[in-house]
Amino acid sequence: MSRAECTLAHLGAEGKLILLLLVASLTAHAAPLKLWHGYRGGEEAALQTAATKFTESTGIAVELLAVPYDALSSKLTSAIPHDAGPDVFIFAHERLRQFHRMQIVAPSTRWLAKDAYLKPTVDALELDGDWYGYPLSLKCLALFSNTAKVPSPPRTTGELEALLPGLSQPARAEFGLAWEAGDFYFHAPIFFGFGGQLFDASGKAQFDTPAMAASLAWVKSLQDRQFLPQEVSGALVKSLFNEGRAAMVISGPWFAGEIDASVKYQVTPLPTVDATGLPMSPFLGVEAAFVSSRSQSPEAAQHLARFLSLSAATLERVKVGRQIPAEKAAYDDPAVAADPLIAAFRAVAERATPTPNTLEMARVWEPMKLALRGVLQGGVEPKDAGQLATRRYRALHREAPPKANPAPYAAALTLLVVGFVVFRLKRATGRTAFDREAVRGLAYVAPAAAGILVLVVIPLVVGLGLSVFHHEAGTYSFVGLANFTDILASKGYAITEPLSFYFTLSVTILWTLVNVALHVGIGLFLAILLKEPLLKLRGVYRVLLIVPWAVPNYITALMWKGMFHRQFGAINGLLSLLGLEPVSWFTRFATSFAANVTTNTWLGFPFMMVVSLGALQSIPQDLYEAAEVDGASKWTQFRRITLPLLKPALLPAVILGSVWTFNMFNVIYLVSGGEPGGATDILVSEAYRWAFQRNEQYGFAAAYSVLIFFVLLAWSRVTKKLSGEEPA
Amino acid sequence: MSARALPRWKLFALHAGLAVLCVVTLYPVLWVVKLALSPTQALSLSVSPFPEAVTLDHFRDVVGATDAQGRWLFGRQLLASLVVSAATTLVGLSLAVTAAYALSRFRFPGKQSGMQALLVTQMFPGTLMLVPLYSILQALGLIDTWGGLVLVYATTSLPFCVWMLKGYFDTIPRELEEAAIMDGATPGQVFVRVVLPLARPALAVTALFSFMTAWNEFILAATLLNDTARFTLPVALQRFVGEYKTEWGHFAAGALIVSAPVMALFFALQKYLVGGLTAGAVKG
Repeated sequence: MSRAECTLAHLGAEGKLILLLLVASLTAHAAPLKLWHGYRGGEEAALQTAATKFTESTGIAVELLAVPYDALSSKLTSAIPHDAGPDVFIFAHERLRQFHRMQIVAPSTRWLAKDAYLKPTVDALELDGDWYGYPLSLKCLALFSNTAKVPSPPRTTGELEALLPGLSQPARAEFGLAWEAGDFYFHAPIFFGFGGQLFDASGKAQFDTPAMAASLAWVKSLQDRQFLPQEVSGALVKSLFNEGRAAMVISGPWFAGEIDASVKYQVTPLPTVDATGLPMSPFLGVEAAFVSSRSQSPEAAQHLARFLSLSAATLERVKVGRQIPAEKAAYDDPAVAADPLIAAFRAVAERATPTPNTLEMARVWEPMKLALRGVLQGGVEPKDAGQLATRRYRALHREAPPKANPAPYAAALTLLVVGFVVFRLKRATGRTAFDREAVRGLAYVAPAAAGILVLVVIPLVVGLGLSVFHHEAGTYSFVGLANFTDILASKGYAITEPLSFYFTLSVTILWTLVNVALHVGIGLFLAILLKEPLLKLRGVYRVLLIVPWAVPNYITALMWKGMFHRQFGAINGLLSLLGLEPVSWFTRFATSFAANVTTNTWLGFPFMMVVSLGALQSIPQDLYEAAEVDGASKWTQFRRITLPLLKPALLPAVILGSVWTFNMFNVIYLVSGGEPGGATDILVSEAYRWAFQRNEQYGFAAAYSVLIFFVLLAWSRVTKKLSGEEPA
Repeated sequence: MSARALPRWKLFALHAGLAVLCVVTLYPVLWVVKLALSPTQALSLSVSPFPEAVTLDHFRDVVGATDAQGRWLFGRQLLASLVVSAATTLVGLSLAVTAAYALSRFRFPGKQSGMQALLVTQMFPGTLMLVPLYSILQALGLIDTWGGLVLVYATTSLPFCVWMLKGYFDTIPRELEEAAIMDGATPGQVFVRVVLPLARPALAVTALFSFMTAWNEFILAATLLNDTARFTLPVALQRFVGEYKTEWGHFAAGALIVSAPVMALFFALQKYLVGGLTAGAVKG
């Protein structure tokens, strides 16, 4: 450590003291600091203790809020700009640039004692010469070996490949090695080990390189020799390792908490690749305590964030929360030094590189996922995968359209609105008079209309408005209709590719038709069966059949996803009981689509059944009796009495059902996730991806939503014709 | 469908068919039950939907959870869910009933376009409305309140409720109301005494729907609420399925607890659906 650095660290400590006194005097009666985090279990308990210690030493109260990690980011970005957010929040550094662009994070440069922490963790928090937040812990990948099966973990790929055949028993579903191979976070160390460079000299992502082909071919060869399981999820890795069916696993520090006490294991760095002599160096994720830019007591907030990252708080997080600390001094603690897991991860972290917090990095995940899954599930050769990823990358990486002059658009819009209003008024007054009946009708409707106007229509109009803007890095620029022309001209990809609007639209229409037909068909069929008055137990049947509707759909979607698993899913289990070949459900469009339809049919038929039941009750029984007397068959009764009289109650349900199915996001997103390669995505999940997974292109996503809206509007014209026949 | 007795074989076929369908329907649910009762937190991978070992630990953990201040979280969150869902049902239904009745019975300017507009609001994907909605609720001072949630849930489920009820009101013969008016009833009395009782089955379905919308929703609740002790149950449930760690056992146990009241509610509302209230209406 140089002299200058020493002084700096010293100053840091002194500054802390002064700050402490200052803060204590200033905020003795101030509002408590709010701290938001995504921790659970031990990590949460440790943070709670650390916060209590902070309160004891400063007198400033801290209110903690645990938010599910997946929801935390969107909660932060919506709450902080509205002054409803926390003073301090804990998040991984990958999002730092987005947070910075949205101006929700304050710099910590003045207070951060940089050499108190491991260097890569400090590097990760730098942005254009300023630092943000205080590093708490780090996460990266290492090799977990079951010591009973692997006494000396492999240090090179050669050693690894020599071990694997003896550890793998595909017939008994035992594997030498397992990791979430379909995720680029897990593939990256292998890619780097084969000498890969993710970004070229100009900072652009590059995929079509020899290292990419070599690394993919290596993984594929392991899978082909059945050393690895297929379609691996985190849950699968965990259960395989705990049941002794995976001898080694590639995972991060969080995995230690998931291993059963009965399994003895050790953690070592990932092996070195023999072909290149390079280590497999994983991405390093840094969790940091960030200070909100809108904090009402910024100094106290800085103090709290800093407090959480140092000394007593660190030890608490390490010992109770089982975190790998970013603070160097923590490693000198005897208990920490004696912990093999922490020592192992420190060794790994030394040669890890922080995940770049650039926007370019955020563009890498989706193309790489496509390439990885393509190779692992067959259908794409390792040497072609880079090209596939590059094509997807180009399609997703939209250049900002040129800025447009808003004046002509505003003029056209005004004209349109005025014209529409005049037209409506003329037509309305021409048709329906403002008589007493009209006044009463309007009075009845007014409360509902007011609520819908404020909480549905206004957000909707704002959403519509976004579609003529391009959103990049927190700023919106007006681009006119460029988003629409790009989508409709299928710019950047062929019309027949899954990314194209027309392809997705066709899939969506097919999806809607199939689902609604099945919902109504099954629902009506069951309703008629259940209506049979002589049937005993019909109350019981009805309750049982309604169950899918009562279970929240995200739960059942996750369950069905598990049931469709290639190797361990119940559906393939049933198929093999029947002597059929197991199906790899999410590798082909037809089967993937079928899996989605099955799930959604299961979720949706009870609703139609209940509606049909309710509607059947409204049909006078004596109509049937009269028909019976006239000698009409059951089928004739159904066609002539049931169907026509069901229509008034059933038609709205069918119309709404079709609109809901058209926009059924949860099932698509959670079951097939768009696999293979986005082919089973419907328009709404595609819009979601543009908005939240592809660099927050809100404008483009809004344009998608507007097109969805127009498609459904056209559909409603058709249904208006249908419902127009009913007696008003 | 007629009053004649069914042949024995037909009844048997009916029972057999329904039993098979019930098994198919319940299979995934049994999986959830199995996860909830199994001692591990792992996702089970076997075909059998029955647990090998049974424990109530997951339920005990979920129900017994307290926070650092010793507050009984589950109890408070259950209360939050109940209050929000009940209020949503009440507000949603009273708004929907009046609007639907007007749309079914009165002629007034903008009626047709209003009906279409209701449908149109269902067409714009909800996720993109979240950002503007947040701003509006902030302007109304409703961030981090149950009231804000109730208003949003009630209005977003309104289009469905109105459509459903309007469709049902249309099937109620007007002669009944006309007769009541002849007997000297006011329009208000007609609505409350004649129309609403006749619409009970539809009211039951729409009430159930409103309740469920509020009971199962978590994206908005997770965004708007900032205090663990005032979270609704699905938000609490969501925490068990994390990015790095998934506690399937806790999640499944929580899922069953969350689902139980809706099933109970449906069971309770059965008699309204089954009663055949409108069957004899035409006879008067």
